[in-house]
Amino acid sequence: MRIPISTFIAGLLFGGGLTVSQMVNPEKVISFLDVTGNWDPSLAFVMGGALIVTFLGYKLVLKRRGPLFDDRFRLPTRKDIDAPLLGGAALFGVGWGLAGLCPGPAIASASFAGPNAYIFVGTMIATVFIYRFIKARA
Amino acid sequence: MENFTPVSAAIGGAMIGLSAVWLMASAGRIAGISGIVGGALDAGKGDKLWRWTFLAGLLLAPLIVGFFDASFLEIDFPTTGSLLVLAAVLVGIGTQLGNGCTSGHGVCGNARLSIRSLLATLTFMGTGIVTVFIMRSLGGV
Repeated sequence: MRIPISTFIAGLLFGGGLTVSQMVNPEKVISFLDVTGNWDPSLAFVMGGALIVTFLGYKLVLKRRGPLFDDRFRLPTRKDIDAPLLGGAALFGVGWGLAGLCPGPAIASASFAGPNAYIFVGTMIATVFIYRFIKARA
Repeated sequence: MENFTPVSAAIGGAMIGLSAVWLMASAGRIAGISGIVGGALDAGKGDKLWRWTFLAGLLLAPLIVGFFDASFLEIDFPTTGSLLVLAAVLVGIGTQLGNGCTSGHGVCGNARLSIRSLLATLTFMGTGIVTVFIMRSLGGV
C-alpha cells in the first residue's frame, strides 16, 4: 500500500500546483499562448518553476539505486525522433490551443468546474481508451 | 499583461516539480498525466492502483486549495460545444501518439534533457500558439 499512498500524495501536490498556478484556468492558458495579442507570460513561470525543481530533484533521486517503495526506476528509454512523436505533439498542441486544456489541468478541473470540464475529460478519456484499444489489436 | 501572476505561477510550478520528484523517489515513475491516464484504463493488474490513487489526488487537490481561497476555482472556458469536443479528441489522440503531454514531455522529459521531449515540447507549443493566433484572427474566443 505504500506505493498507492505515495502516488496519492504526488497527485495532491500536482493538482495543488496546477490550481495555485492557475494552469487549471483555460482562459489563462489561452492568454499564455496568445503571444501576438494580450500576452500573459505567467505560465512560463509554471514551466520554469517545475523544470528547475524537477531537474535538480531528479539529479539527486536518480543517483540512488532505486525508488523507496519499488525495485527500480521506470524511465523512458527511446531516443529516436519519429513522425508519431512530432505528429502527435502537433495534434496535441492544436487541441491545447483550441480549448486551453491539457490532460492534467483538465482532470483536476473536473472536480469543481462543471459541465465543460466533464465534456472535455469524458471525450478525452474515451478517445484515449479507443485509441489504445485499437492500437493493442493492430 | 494586466493578469500577470509570476509569483503564484512559480510557486505552483515548484509544487508540480516536487510532485514529479516525489513520484520518482517513492514509486520510480514519471509524472506524465497522459501516460498515467492511459495505463489507468488498460495496464496490467499490479500496475493500475497507483495510477488511480494519483488521479484521485489530482482531483481532490483543487477542492483543498479552494477551501482556503475560493478565487482559485473561478475559471473560464472560452471554448465550448463542438470545438471543445474536437479539442478533447485532438488532445487524446495527440498525447497517446506522441507519448506525452505538458507534464511528461514538458516537465519530466525536459528535466531529463531528453531530445524527444524537447522536440515534442517545441512542437506542441508551436502549434498551440499558431492555433490561438488563428482563433483570434477569426474572431473566436
